[in-house]
Amino acid sequence: MFNIERWQEIFETIRKNKLRTFLTGLSVASGIFILVILLGVGQGMQNGIAEEFEGDASNSIWVWTRPTSVEYKGMNPGRFFSMTNEDFDFIHKTNEDVIEYESSRVRIWNATISYKKESGSYRIEGVFPGFQFIENQSMVSGRFINQNDIDEKGKIVTLGRKVKEALFKNGEDPIGKYVKLNDIPFKVVGVYTDKGGEREEEQVSIPSTTAQQVFNRGQNINNLSYTLKPEKDFETAVAKSEEFVASITRYLKNKHVIAPTDDRAIGIGNSLEQAKRFYSLIFMIKAFFWWVGVCTIIAGVVGVSNIMLIIVKERTKEIGIRKAIGALPSSIIGMILHEAIFVTAIAGFTGLIFGLILLEIVGPMVKTDFISNPSVNFNIAITTVFILIIAGALAGFFPAWRAAKIKPIVALRDE
Amino acid sequence: MIEIKDLHKSYQMGINSLHVLKGINFNVNEGELVSIMGSSGSGKSTLLNILGMLDEADSGSYFLDNIPIKNLNEKIAARYRNKFLGFIFQSFNLINYKNALDNVAMPLYYQGIKRKERTDKALHYLEKVGLADWATHLPNELSGGQKQRVAIARALASEPKVLLADEPTGALDTKTSYEVMDLIQGINDEGKTILIVTHEEDIAHMTKRIVNLKDGLIIDDGIVEQVRANSYV
Repeated sequence: MFNIERWQEIFETIRKNKLRTFLTGLSVASGIFILVILLGVGQGMQNGIAEEFEGDASNSIWVWTRPTSVEYKGMNPGRFFSMTNEDFDFIHKTNEDVIEYESSRVRIWNATISYKKESGSYRIEGVFPGFQFIENQSMVSGRFINQNDIDEKGKIVTLGRKVKEALFKNGEDPIGKYVKLNDIPFKVVGVYTDKGGEREEEQVSIPSTTAQQVFNRGQNINNLSYTLKPEKDFETAVAKSEEFVASITRYLKNKHVIAPTDDRAIGIGNSLEQAKRFYSLIFMIKAFFWWVGVCTIIAGVVGVSNIMLIIVKERTKEIGIRKAIGALPSSIIGMILHEAIFVTAIAGFTGLIFGLILLEIVGPMVKTDFISNPSVNFNIAITTVFILIIAGALAGFFPAWRAAKIKPIVALRDE
Repeated sequence: MIEIKDLHKSYQMGINSLHVLKGINFNVNEGELVSIMGSSGSGKSTLLNILGMLDEADSGSYFLDNIPIKNLNEKIAARYRNKFLGFIFQSFNLINYKNALDNVAMPLYYQGIKRKERTDKALHYLEKVGLADWATHLPNELSGGQKQRVAIARALASEPKVLLADEPTGALDTKTSYEVMDLIQGINDEGKTILIVTHEEDIAHMTKRIVNLKDGLIIDDGIVEQVRANSYV
């Protein structure tokens, strides 16, 4: 390998046979190039989908109620029922160890919210402090509702960014001002944004207890929201969340006298389940790209093998001459392999570098919802280059071995 | 230098076996210039290939410089070829992407000689065949006679004990043939043992001994009066 004479011989051969070298190199370089691009796009898709999901905390669970659908204990189907503070407290008590953030929601649809002369129709959410984290809302200014507000049933409100923009026209700071929610004045304590989209910014939040009192909801709540504590891996997280969902469903059905077979009455959204579906989608996409990539590599290997076969065929006479003047079979094999490995290595790394450069330049320009920041794991790319080099060497070895076994008299025979 | 006893060789042609050499007994001393003659199919090229270790005999013995040439594996055959023999072919068999100098230097590469020394030696032998000025030319830039002279230089470069020439003038016109023969005679004058396979009478008479082959047997083997090639030029 470090025989300088051998290297000189190889370089000379390569220099004198540019087209042959170029063709070998091209098939290797393009194989690696395509693989790098494919892996990059695959990664980009994964990143893109992951970003789409960032809107809400990805292990959140929502519970809401619907009319019953099964007749049970003498009660007709179609009965409306509502969850209460008692349910919220009970679930809090019994699942304290798995719950990370929690909030009940009291919803007031289409409330009129006004400030001075500006007014609009928005949704009011009566919530707990944990709601901020469940919805991934971040404060632009001021603060969110805190436990104190809940306990004191304070008439304070946090505005969604859209609401703030609509009501406070000329950049006026809303903090400390009073807005009217259905003609009841609330003090603005904060403004938030939500990556989940504009719809989530077209609402205001007030303490859950305040909402129940001010809007005559008694103990009723519309909705429960939770996020669960992170688990060490995805599968455990999914299992825990399913267990949690099952336990609260059981409790609610029992409490509100709902048939165990009634699947309609309690609606549950589990983002982890959705995430699981998306993760398997991502997995499928990645698997697909890998599959295409592996096929590309195989095509590359076949290409290299083909060219090596042709090269050896073309060089049969030369090999015969070399053997007649005293070349050992091992030196013939060594020569061909050395050349093959050298060319595939250089070409492989060239393809790799070009692929990486292209991803680096074009990557940040790609701005669609589903591809973001395409990039490639460098180790994987390097590994594939080595696979291709080894494959090239193997592909070269057998023809070289055969060539070295040809008797010089046969190789030298005039056609 | 060369001792051959009862050499047999047959080729398998489908179901028929073709008996090419039917018991050759043949000695060559150091410094001889021998031509092997015979019509095509007489077995002369086969004999030369066996002598050149490019092919192996079925039976019989072959000693080259008192070394038995027998049961050679590829490795040893290659080393012996490199050390003992120089080949000159009818179709020159130069490597066409290497220039004259590199072609001549090639046996030296396989002897493991360093590049600098290789180049010096190769240039020396190119000078000897009168082609020093053509050292950097590729084979396809040379005439047939020049190519054969490069091939002779290459055969000489490894300083072999025996030169084996298979129809060295077969692809050349008469004038060029004589020039090449003149060169070969000159090399023989310096004491090199040379075997030439030919079917041309005039070429054969430029050697010192003619061996006639027919149907795989030596029918005639005699010393002849050598005709100097330069008397024609």
